[in-house]
Amino acid sequence: MIRADGLTKDYGLHRAVDGVSFSIERGEIVGLLGPNGSGKTTIMRMLTGFFAPTAGSCSIAGHDVRAEPREIRRRIGYLPERVALYPDMSVRAYLSFVARIHEVRTSVSAAVDETMESCGLSEMASRDIGKLSRGYKQRVGIAQAVIHRPDVLILDEPTVGLDPRQIVEIRDLIRKLAGHSTVLLSTHILPEVSITCRRVLILDHGKLVAEDTAEALAAKTYGGGETLVRLHGPETDVVAALGALDAVSEVKVLDCAPDGVLSIAVKSDAGADPKPSIAGAVVGKGWALHEIGARQTSLEDLFVQILEEAEQAGTPGGSAT
Amino acid sequence: MTRFLALLGKELRSLFGAPLVYFVGAVFLALSGYYFYTDLNAFITFGFGESIFEHLWQRLYNDIVRVVITVIPLVTMRVYSEEKNLGTIELLYTAPLRDIEILAAKYLACLSVFFVLLGSTALYPWMIYRIQPYDLSQLYAVYLGLFLLVGAMVAIGVFISSLTETQLIAAMFTYGAVLLLWNLSWNEAAVPDDLLGLISQLCAYDHFEPFSRGVIDLKDIAYFLSITTLMGFLTMRSMESRQWRGRR
Repeated sequence: MIRADGLTKDYGLHRAVDGVSFSIERGEIVGLLGPNGSGKTTIMRMLTGFFAPTAGSCSIAGHDVRAEPREIRRRIGYLPERVALYPDMSVRAYLSFVARIHEVRTSVSAAVDETMESCGLSEMASRDIGKLSRGYKQRVGIAQAVIHRPDVLILDEPTVGLDPRQIVEIRDLIRKLAGHSTVLLSTHILPEVSITCRRVLILDHGKLVAEDTAEALAAKTYGGGETLVRLHGPETDVVAALGALDAVSEVKVLDCAPDGVLSIAVKSDAGADPKPSIAGAVVGKGWALHEIGARQTSLEDLFVQILEEAEQAGTPGGSAT
Repeated sequence: MTRFLALLGKELRSLFGAPLVYFVGAVFLALSGYYFYTDLNAFITFGFGESIFEHLWQRLYNDIVRVVITVIPLVTMRVYSEEKNLGTIELLYTAPLRDIEILAAKYLACLSVFFVLLGSTALYPWMIYRIQPYDLSQLYAVYLGLFLLVGAMVAIGVFISSLTETQLIAAMFTYGAVLLLWNLSWNEAAVPDDLLGLISQLCAYDHFEPFSRGVIDLKDIAYFLSITTLMGFLTMRSMESRQWRGRR
């Protein structure tokens, strides 16, 4: 559905995006992840035909962005990073305008009503956009992007600047709307990606440094993952006892709660499951075991590690795909 | 066509839906009414029995152009600057619109303000005609000249607005540009003789002056239309600059 080949963009002497290639299949939800200034917005603007790449090409549904920019824009719904809203228009007037410039084939008012319904904006229809809360403005931005039923939805930082409750609402909305479309969303917030997306493209300094599913990425980087143990016992003894176990390679105390419960991360050899032996050891010593289970590697750790690896290798982007 | 009408409707709504254009219109009508009153007084006192065209209308419409020049920047300043500042230009650039459709809608919306304002100045010759009929044919030439002049000056304002996201900067530069264009040859003594021909060719006043005498010359029509076209071309290039500037 979306293909990028060696996508490159220069702003004067500064290379903002450098030879990025990827492809996204129909119906996928893909996250574009990277720190601020890593080229996410630039890539999205090239995909939407806002401007053309300096080198390389990208296409959507087989249409080349440079050759047929308007064909592309017809198929895309785009939520820019700074949501493009006219503050003195009402929600309904604004959405009708967007529907008309996108040449919505069926009745404009039906499309507007339907979109307001699905984005939870019906009660706000006649309110001026400038008077809406941030969360509602973001909804109007998303409504604007989906009103013409695009094949591809491109969302630039859809939850930035929202409060936690609004973030959950917007995520739910994106997942609900994703059923119709292929979605590419960008974020610099890691949990965002793991919650919403199945596949992640990681960018740094304009280069693609990794591309994989969130799960496979974790597995690839950490082998067997870590085990989290919460128990009540004397810290030094516990660390010594767990460290002595066969499958365990490293024991790290994460936290000691005021009531004396220790949180411990146990790293094990690849492929081995140390949980039964840990449980056996703890119970054998008579310590109270509160919890034992797989410790989900946070995407934050993962991200930092990938960027470090890329830097150590000296060729950022070398590990792409 | 639906797309274009939607764009035009949006531009008209944002112009006429905001208070600015009404204040601008009120000041324009007050000033042009004042000029009409004083020019008519002068005609009655000093020019009675002379040609009404030469001694009243020619003066009045030169005065009205001066008011038009102060008003144009206030109408054109926001067309691009505001959208760049709000970020809404990105909505237009990523919708299936041609750049020329966006430009044409903005240009025509601004022009429509002056259709209303200049149209209402037709009240003055009409009132005099009601009292004492006279030959109107020369006035048609004046209005043709006025609309060509305003068309060119609005195009300059629209172009300058496309260069900045700050409305006041757009307004100031537009005012400077249109005033200079109008006054370019005002002091013939200050210009070397061999340049005078060129400068008066470039000066808007020298091309409007025949219209205000009731003379329609193809060369003057061509002058205003070329400025309009050139500005349209430059605005298109300015819109395209997002390709290499990477900014709105």
